Amino acid sequence: MARQYEIPAKGLPYLLVLPQMVIVFIFFFWPSAQAILQSFYLQDPFGGKTIFVGLENYIQLFTNPDSDYANSFIVSVAFALCITFFSMTVSLFLAVQANKKIRFTTFYKTMLTWPYAVATLVAGVIWLFMFNPNVGVIAWVLKHRFGIQWDYLLKFEHAFILLTLSASWKQLAYNFVFFMAGLQSVPETLVEASIIDGAGPMRRFWKIIFGLLAPTTFYLLVMNLVFGFFETFPIVHGITAGGPGKSTSILVYKVWKDGVVNLDLGGSSAQSVILMILVIGLTVLQFRFIERRITY
Amino acid sequence: MMKKILLLAMVLVLSWGAYAQVSVEFWHAMSGKNGEMVQAVCDKFNTSQKDYKVVPVFKGSYSDTMNAGIAAFRARQAPSIIQVYEVGTATMMAAKGAVKPVYQLMAENNAKFDPKVYIPTITSYYSTSDGKMLSMPFNSSTAVMYYNKDAFRKAGLNPDKPPVTWPEFFDAARKIKASGMEGGFTTNWISWIQLENFSAWHNVPFGTRSNGFDGLDTELVFNTPLHARHLENIYKLSKEGVFIYGGRENKANPLFISGRVGLHFESIGGYGTMKANCKFDFGVARLPYYPDVPGAPQNSIIGGASLWVFNGKSPAEYKAVTAFFTFISQPEIQAFWHQNTGYLPITTAAYELTKSQGYYKENPGLEVAIQQLLNKPPTKNSMGIRFGNFNVIREIEDQVWEDILADKISVKDGLDRMVREGNAKLREFERLYK
Repeated sequence: MARQYEIPAKGLPYLLVLPQMVIVFIFFFWPSAQAILQSFYLQDPFGGKTIFVGLENYIQLFTNPDSDYANSFIVSVAFALCITFFSMTVSLFLAVQANKKIRFTTFYKTMLTWPYAVATLVAGVIWLFMFNPNVGVIAWVLKHRFGIQWDYLLKFEHAFILLTLSASWKQLAYNFVFFMAGLQSVPETLVEASIIDGAGPMRRFWKIIFGLLAPTTFYLLVMNLVFGFFETFPIVHGITAGGPGKSTSILVYKVWKDGVVNLDLGGSSAQSVILMILVIGLTVLQFRFIERRITY
Repeated sequence: MMKKILLLAMVLVLSWGAYAQVSVEFWHAMSGKNGEMVQAVCDKFNTSQKDYKVVPVFKGSYSDTMNAGIAAFRARQAPSIIQVYEVGTATMMAAKGAVKPVYQLMAENNAKFDPKVYIPTITSYYSTSDGKMLSMPFNSSTAVMYYNKDAFRKAGLNPDKPPVTWPEFFDAARKIKASGMEGGFTTNWISWIQLENFSAWHNVPFGTRSNGFDGLDTELVFNTPLHARHLENIYKLSKEGVFIYGGRENKANPLFISGRVGLHFESIGGYGTMKANCKFDFGVARLPYYPDVPGAPQNSIIGGASLWVFNGKSPAEYKAVTAFFTFISQPEIQAFWHQNTGYLPITTAAYELTKSQGYYKENPGLEVAIQQLLNKPPTKNSMGIRFGNFNVIREIEDQVWEDILADKISVKDGLDRMVREGNAKLREFERLYK
């Protein structure tokens, strides 16, 4: 049995965690408290005048039909789910293919990994250039070869597809790397044993490999949802700027737009408080109920 | 040895000289060619005298710059001068403790300052309703029509006679499409050009209380039959494929530059871009008007940005700012700025100077814009617009306009919605600053 060491001094452990606590306090608790406080006020951006308005900023969000908060919420959820679904299925497929014993595996792996090095905003811009109805190559092909009037500037469905495509593409490489690592840790012997037992490739994949990949899949599920929800701001900013109308104005984009550009600090703070509650809720849910069912 | 001492003494004297120089920061949002010109104007000022130095600092987009200024002010690190776009004007004016009005600055520093030398439609935009100038006009532009002369020829239209009225314009647009172009026309800045400038040009109010100049209790009133008729016309043409939507802000430019439409509305500030990129012969003309509207055409209004001075700086810094403002108001500097950026000169003298230099013979487009601004003395409908939260209001207009084009809402209901949502934002602003 391993011997346990006890630190004699009572203060030392606290001293050791202090730097971490200070950082957490300065960069997390303090701004969060500020946001909560600001959400109860109507404020002059220069800090000259503030009016206490109670819960009005929140009430505005939920009762004013012009604020379209419900729509923003629904679109955000749909967006996160679509990105997660597409980027995970495609990258899993690609990882399985690249993991086979074929020529040029290293080449494929490298090529599939590099989109990760592209900044999110740049990824958005690349897709924007290809799909821009005025200058884009793909938009031109769609129109002249397939007769599709591609116009993400006015059609919500087109805007949504374009956003999902570029965000999923961006996330593909990340998922690919993790799935690749996961696949390589699947014991060869198990797969060989199942071959001897007469299992076909589909059965081998679903019954053995996919099961053993569960921890990776779960981890990626969380990461992709978080990405779809909170890190897609640059893509929306670069491609649609929330349009057409305000149909693709997802929650994080709306917080930024209302606070930073429109200088509505109170309303923007109220939205970020709601987002904060959402994140806390999601995290608790995921680790309490879902993670327990998965054995590592 | 003697030489070394002499050298040392010289360095000391020189550095002492540099020490005594008052240096002020000027935060701006001009990138590319215009950014270089800001630097050039500051360099000219810095070499013209030894007492003051203005250091231009690029801070990103207009909203980035304004936000940086606000954050800096709250942290007591504000620059002396900051460039703020026209939609931020009401916010800056309302922030009474944060800014030092230019008329006050000039008076305190005994500068020779006559607001009358400035072009009235430009200064009125940045003055109180009783004529006190609050910020220094810097880069001003106005909306004009650009047309592709080659496309005109192909469609059998006279390239030297661009359409003057809206009916003529729509007719020309249809003919251009019929002659084989993909579409007829497009426009940038739906709010600024097709609603704000449209109202001023027809001498009808965009909002009550002199478009917001007389008080915070102003209300938007642009949901009139005239406005509805105009947007309805554009909407109908969009269904015929004559009008093509190119996006918000100035995102419709590629449609015109790539020759997919023959007519376009854009700021005169985009003249340089057009000149550099259009591979065809193009012309600049005044905004069209509806001939049955009495008083039209009136005068167009400006867009762009002005320079604001922050409060709480030292007297020496204010002297430096005063000297800089006096310097940039000179006709030579204004003419230099005007000719190199395409932005309008802010003084009548600079316009006259540019004219006498023969510049407009080669660049007639720029003069069209100035004449459009000077067309008639401004009325309370055409001095400019001043609304709080105007950034949000323009965004609402953009959003609803897209919904109209996508058939989600009718033109009439759309205009009503723009006004209703906009007024809610105006009431928020009024409540805060009343």
